[in-house]
Amino acid sequence: MSTASTFIGKAAVLEGLPEHPAVKAIVAWKGEALIDAKFDRDELTLTIVPEELRAAAATVQAAGYNFFEDMTAVDWFPSSPRFQLSYHILSHAYKEHIRLRVLVEEANPSVDSITPVWPSANYYEREVFDLFGIRFEGHSNLRRILMPDDWVGHPLRKDYPVEGYR
Amino acid sequence: MIDVIGTPILEAPHATGAKDQHMVLNMGPQHPATHGVLRLVLEIDGEIVVRLYPEIGYLHTGIEKTCEAKFYQQVVPLTDRINYLDPLSNNLCYALAVEKLLGLEIPSKAQWMRVLLAELSRLNSHLIWLGTHAMDIGALTVFLYTFREREDILRLFEAVAGQRMMTSYIRIGGLAMEPPLDFLDRVQAFIDTFPEKIDEYANLLTGNPIFKGRLQGVGHLSAADAIALGVTGPPLRASGVDFDLRRDMPYSSYEKFQFEVPTSTDCDCWARYTVRLVEMRESVKIIQQALDGMPEGAVKADAPKIVLPDREKMKTQMEALIHHFKIVTEGFEVPAGEVYQGIEAGHGQTGYYVVSDGTAKPYRVHMRYPSFATLQALETMCKGRMLADVVAVIGSIDIVLGEIDR
Repeated sequence: MSTASTFIGKAAVLEGLPEHPAVKAIVAWKGEALIDAKFDRDELTLTIVPEELRAAAATVQAAGYNFFEDMTAVDWFPSSPRFQLSYHILSHAYKEHIRLRVLVEEANPSVDSITPVWPSANYYEREVFDLFGIRFEGHSNLRRILMPDDWVGHPLRKDYPVEGYR
Repeated sequence: MIDVIGTPILEAPHATGAKDQHMVLNMGPQHPATHGVLRLVLEIDGEIVVRLYPEIGYLHTGIEKTCEAKFYQQVVPLTDRINYLDPLSNNLCYALAVEKLLGLEIPSKAQWMRVLLAELSRLNSHLIWLGTHAMDIGALTVFLYTFREREDILRLFEAVAGQRMMTSYIRIGGLAMEPPLDFLDRVQAFIDTFPEKIDEYANLLTGNPIFKGRLQGVGHLSAADAIALGVTGPPLRASGVDFDLRRDMPYSSYEKFQFEVPTSTDCDCWARYTVRLVEMRESVKIIQQALDGMPEGAVKADAPKIVLPDREKMKTQMEALIHHFKIVTEGFEVPAGEVYQGIEAGHGQTGYYVVSDGTAKPYRVHMRYPSFATLQALETMCKGRMLADVVAVIGSIDIVLGEIDR
């Protein structure tokens, strides 16, 4: 469907889309926090180091990406790092999405909560905590949201059977 | 105005004995005004809501997990069941996401039919909202009127898809089959009379002093709060943010249609009511344009390894039979990658995030549904107001629990 070009890798994106507002803002803020980037199927993906996630979210918010639309995790079991978090941010002004991507290790999976930047991330982070078992530091109420409170395990992990444990 | 940054999002309230006058009240999960199995824990001071805490998950069926065990084409029927009031929008969003992964070109007739059906589906969703919202307020009559027209729309769905609610008509690569010969005439007959019916609803409600009194100035949500809390769709536009994915990030050839995006700066339940009413009139305009300009041609993409062949061809052509057998038994491989596709559904922005690892089954399907995010704004809208206003506010944000819990 798309006729736009594809850029794979940080260097290619920086060269191909130097004027993109999100890319520009991230590079001006802290270029080394961006570890990977991709422009594929008209979608820009920026991979951020986990420690800088909240600051990166605040940076793209200040750059005009004002609306937090969606956030979820992908379990790449058994590869390492195991978890990928995908944040979809919408700009009402530029009328486009970007994706912030963070890779999280399996041992003690945890990242900073972005609820101080976008309060709307509250339920989404609770959902990922509930279904993937990833913790969000600084979240005001990190409890299970969809599964019962006394549930054992995190159903959307790939090592959790589709039929559940019987 | 309530500052959202200052709004504490805390644990559910619990009774702390007699040292203060606050009472903890449980509402639901079975309550006629909660539009499904929503449970609200309210902390009230007399009749004033001090805090409100939604408890969800009663309808959680793990659809996202189920998707990972199905072929791409087998996910389509699951999407109907998420938001059962707006089935074709769900089908459309999922199909668009997978088509983006595949890089599939969709024939223009299929795209226009999709627009027509998505707008009928929006009307269906808005009619249920109007009927139940008015019923919550105490205006029982409107429900009977809106369900009369909803029945007409369901008959149209039945004619085109064979199913009234779980349509699964929009498939990956186009539509399930050609619409019946008289379908477009039947849609024309429906929308010829439908604007009068909207006038009828407006006559019953817009001038009704009780309805007005229950909605005006109730459930205030400022534009800044709406954006901060992730509110989309009609409630966002009723807070004065002029954003509609159909116009601003068009998909499925919406850019070829002319329509207005209604907004209001009143930010209350009344604004949400008026915005949706105008939206219904605009949907009729879009359907009329789709009927007038409906292109000729196929309703399925020319991709025999992805799209199921017509029944006729299967009985006469060996290759079609082989392709059918292959798709049904082995599915089709989708190139590795990740896409996010957003559409403007009846309740707000729906989005599908599909991750493929190059096999015939999706590696991860995540659905962003508008009600899930909008529910977070409920406390901001109800805080400091009367208990009875909670019912009006729930109706005005038009939630469906199926899409919250998935």
